[in-house]
Amino acid sequence: MSVSLQREAFDVGKEIAALTSGRHEIGAVASFVGLVREINAASGGAGEANQVSAMMLEHYPGMTEHALENIIAEARQRWELLAVRVIHRFGRLLPGDPIVLVIVAGAHRGEAFAACEFIMDYLKTQAPFWKKEEGADAAARWVDARESDATAARRWGKP
Amino acid sequence: MTIKLLYFAGLREALGTNGEEIALPGVVSDVAGLKAFLAARGAAWQVLAQSRSLRAAVNQQMAGPDSKISDGDEVAFFPPVTGG
Repeated sequence: MSVSLQREAFDVGKEIAALTSGRHEIGAVASFVGLVREINAASGGAGEANQVSAMMLEHYPGMTEHALENIIAEARQRWELLAVRVIHRFGRLLPGDPIVLVIVAGAHRGEAFAACEFIMDYLKTQAPFWKKEEGADAAARWVDARESDATAARRWGKP
Repeated sequence: MTIKLLYFAGLREALGTNGEEIALPGVVSDVAGLKAFLAARGAAWQVLAQSRSLRAAVNQQMAGPDSKISDGDEVAFFPPVTGG
């Protein structure tokens, strides 16, 4: 099971241990953890008006799993990978909460680092998740997609 | 033909519904045609025609305006994704 969508938090150490247990051909593990920030995504600035008090994560059950599996399959075509794990949370999260975990294991660090970044860049632009921020004033707003994420995904070229 | 429609995130809220089963006239055969058909249903549905950034998926695969639609398909409309 390389993809999980869940409400609960995850334990990075346990996930890495489970992925690498008994796999002595693995020489490198790269991981990425995304956290909910307390600053509004659009403003990027400090100050009470831009404070995020909570984040609602919506997804498209069924399609989201397929999209993540397709992204992992694409990464496996590009690099020699020995194990991959992606966990993405949904529901209501608070600043500091982990949202997403990507773990990539390979024989050497090069492919592990590259594939981990590739999977995150594609996840950001291809997987059907939507964030809604709740502000300090209890007003909620949908987060806009960022051009910088599309640019980051494009640098890997067409699948 | 009859298809299943799903709406997500801000679009779901704007339309006030998660989705619906809908019978389509024979002239609707692709995503662009479906959008135009839905937008013509009333003021609230104009957003489907007006929002240029809106994305679509057919049977849970990202789809373009030319993507074909067949009987029994699941078609979803949603804003650009913002996960991670």
